[in-house]
Amino acid sequence: MSGGLRVDWRVSCSLVGTVVKWLWVPLCLPLVLALYDGTALTPFLVPMALTAVVGFGLERLAETRDLRAREAFLMVSLTWLSIALVGAVPFVVAGVGTLAHPVYALFEAMSGVTTTGATVVTDFGAHARAIHLWRATLQWLGGLGILVLATAVLSQLSVGGAQLMETESQAQDVDKLTPRMSNTAALLWKIYVALTALLVVLLSGLHVVGLAPEMTPYDALAHAFTTISTSGFSPRGTSIAAFSPAVQWTLVPFMIVGATSFVLIYAVSRGNVGRLRRSDEFRFYVGVLAFFALAVCAIRALDAGPGVPFERTARHAVFQVVSITTTTGYASTDFNTWSASAKHLLFVCMFIGGMAGSTTCSIKALRWLVVIKSFRRDLFVATTPSAIRPVRLSGEPIDEETVRDIYAYTLISLLFFGVATIFVVLDAARVGVVLTEFEAMSAAASTFFNIGPAFGVAGPMANYAGFPTTTTFVMTLLMWVGRIEILPVLVLLTPSFWRS
Amino acid sequence: MRVLIVGAGEVGSSIAADLSDSHEVVVVDVDADYVEQLQYDLDVLPVQGDGTESDVLEEAGVADADIVIASTDDDETNLAVCGTAATLADPFTIARVQKTAYLRTWRRTQRAFDVDFMVCTDLLTAQSIVRLIEFPTATDVDPFSSGRVQMAEFEVDPESEIAGQTVQAADRFESLTFAAVVEDGEATIPTGETVLTGGSKVLVIGTPDSVESFAAAVAPSSAAASVDDIVVVGGGQQGLLVAERLEERGFRPRLIEHDETRARDLAEQLPKTTVMAHDATDADFLAAENVGDADVVIACLDSDEKCLLVSLLSKRLGAGRAIASIETPEYVSLFETVGIDVAVNPREVTAEEITRFTRERRAENVAIVEPGEAEVLEVEVDDESVLAGRPIREAVADLPSEVVIGAITRDDTVITPRGDTVVEVGDHVVVFVPTGAQAAIAEKL
Repeated sequence: MSGGLRVDWRVSCSLVGTVVKWLWVPLCLPLVLALYDGTALTPFLVPMALTAVVGFGLERLAETRDLRAREAFLMVSLTWLSIALVGAVPFVVAGVGTLAHPVYALFEAMSGVTTTGATVVTDFGAHARAIHLWRATLQWLGGLGILVLATAVLSQLSVGGAQLMETESQAQDVDKLTPRMSNTAALLWKIYVALTALLVVLLSGLHVVGLAPEMTPYDALAHAFTTISTSGFSPRGTSIAAFSPAVQWTLVPFMIVGATSFVLIYAVSRGNVGRLRRSDEFRFYVGVLAFFALAVCAIRALDAGPGVPFERTARHAVFQVVSITTTTGYASTDFNTWSASAKHLLFVCMFIGGMAGSTTCSIKALRWLVVIKSFRRDLFVATTPSAIRPVRLSGEPIDEETVRDIYAYTLISLLFFGVATIFVVLDAARVGVVLTEFEAMSAAASTFFNIGPAFGVAGPMANYAGFPTTTTFVMTLLMWVGRIEILPVLVLLTPSFWRS
Repeated sequence: MRVLIVGAGEVGSSIAADLSDSHEVVVVDVDADYVEQLQYDLDVLPVQGDGTESDVLEEAGVADADIVIASTDDDETNLAVCGTAATLADPFTIARVQKTAYLRTWRRTQRAFDVDFMVCTDLLTAQSIVRLIEFPTATDVDPFSSGRVQMAEFEVDPESEIAGQTVQAADRFESLTFAAVVEDGEATIPTGETVLTGGSKVLVIGTPDSVESFAAAVAPSSAAASVDDIVVVGGGQQGLLVAERLEERGFRPRLIEHDETRARDLAEQLPKTTVMAHDATDADFLAAENVGDADVVIACLDSDEKCLLVSLLSKRLGAGRAIASIETPEYVSLFETVGIDVAVNPREVTAEEITRFTRERRAENVAIVEPGEAEVLEVEVDDESVLAGRPIREAVADLPSEVVIGAITRDDTVITPRGDTVVEVGDHVVVFVPTGAQAAIAEKL
């Protein structure tokens, strides 16, 4: 314990240093493309040098690596923040378009590493291909980071019921997180890479056979990166609308898989397909997707009237529901032009999210399922006061404290969304920008729940540069807080966290 | 055969009584009074001393013993007795335990703690209670041949369709044999002309399906409705085991346990059971929870008096049947007179199971019908048996006349024995044997 603080911040910073130190590796990817394209190399060489210096410096802060709950919370928060800071450097150094502005660069980098997909890029063509590849790489890293975070760290810190995630072993060893972290990371890393590689091959295959003329190998890589991580950056200003229907249909299952618990995927890859059927959360997740897809499809079919091919209506409805619910944020069409009822359903989808233990964001199917189940239980107990009925998930009883954590998490998420909306409205009014309430609400939800596009000014074919800089800065913080499940950042704000 | 029984309590002395007529029985107990009492009551050799001590076991002749039965009320003592006996000699060891944890451990190797056969009192009790629920009018049900054959004892209800009929008229069930009719505690072998009077008990042997259809026929037409709503009172180990077994059979029982922490624990272990935390002797609570609507109420509380109280309260509210687990043997028949439909005594169930296992080397399974009156045995036919290779009509001439062949299982199929059925070597025969004929049966089958 150093300097009268209860939290050993040196340990946290030292671990952050280790993460930052290794960031030169992913920076090589856009660097190679920049070499190939003959575009500027400095945007990538500068952060490479920076990560080496800062990373090694931070790492030397502490000798020991004993990570306890407090240090873990601090480390998690700082890791996401520092990767966003490093990730913003190439945008600033390149100095092209809106991204040259430091606040916008940080917004873009944070949107990347939090797998959000909200962008402030106004002119997609102005940026080098290497910069676009860096945006995609950041998201891919963010997706991998969240997998490790969710399965290895948050589940052990019992954040908002994250301990319920279907882990293979339930070793509860909060004192020493590090060994388990590396084991789980190694396991998920392989599945994550395999899925990405599979999608690259499929998309390139479509290009080769002529079904996807726009999908060059570069596009295939960039989109595979941002699909499996359910993030949603695209080098194209028109997102997935720039590609053929074959590409759009191909991406749908991969977005669904990206938002499926990777522990389940691991079980299935081991031949244990029955786990899918036995998982209450998976059934709920798929059921919700199917319900909203059908509902939006029906509305769109009614809106369109006769004459419009049904395949197109169904494709866009399914794609958009999957894209928003899994928190990817791709657009296969400008859904901002859809009828109010279809847009409102998509808005509701923002609050659901995919399964816990995946790259998805938002509140997640697991929490909604527990909220619904415990509410049903409460109704039963209201009529039979002496009955004792534990809430069960896939047959396993959940302890009451976890149920309470999940209720609290869900409520805090909605509270955050409400406060964020108020801020967006007030800040816009301050600078005289006229926003409808739907625009403000959807932009707040889209950034806080890490989805990407909103409706109106920040619609799928537009960007977030229309908001005041103060709003974009606050949204940067919202993405950060929302991505790492709120609590790791919130606990840092409590005095008892720091004081001894 | 030499049988050494450690523990002369109710279980031990009951086993000793059942075995002493045909075996050499030695009973060991620490309590000198028990030992002395046994000496007067039974033809057994009593030894006073601690059965976990090697000196005592050696004095009791463990070296010559074929079977050692540890039947004290203490689990750890019983395990130690078996361990000690296995160290001194090589007898077949049988241990009685209360804790299911020991049973679970033992099942992993079937040899743990040096125990060759382990019986768990609460599990046996739970099993026999659940069998009683499956046959609402049965007073006793025992499985044979891994459950492919059942022996069941029914009380003929005066209002049922078969009351007053002759056996010949009532015998219209596929693969079912009428083994005995018990009136006033006396078992007789029925002939075609025997009349099944209301209030008498009939003992049938057959496939579970045929026993089930017979169960419907002996029941009064009003009770024919199937059992659906079951309330278990008392969430001890016995209550938990009963609820678990009921869940396995597709029931969704209710369970009442007064201790809230225990109730929460039970609720987590029993997904299909509605667990309620309340005192079950509270009549208002029972009324508010509509326990009167229950088809069966099972009382498994730790006190016999409370079991009686709960049973009577629920019966008064309108519950269909009351089954209770009653620890004190003297209460069993008394409580059945007062209003409990079936009182199950865990010690009796345990003693029966141990006796059944011990009885005869070749007898695989035994059910005691009326203590001291008759029993039902399952025997594997070998080539020295009088039954082997002959039609039953011829073979029965060599057997005592009171013996009834109830069912034959051959390669997993059940054969209903008729006069011309030929029994083959390897068949399993379930026979009804009155006490007097046991020695002859042991020799000839």
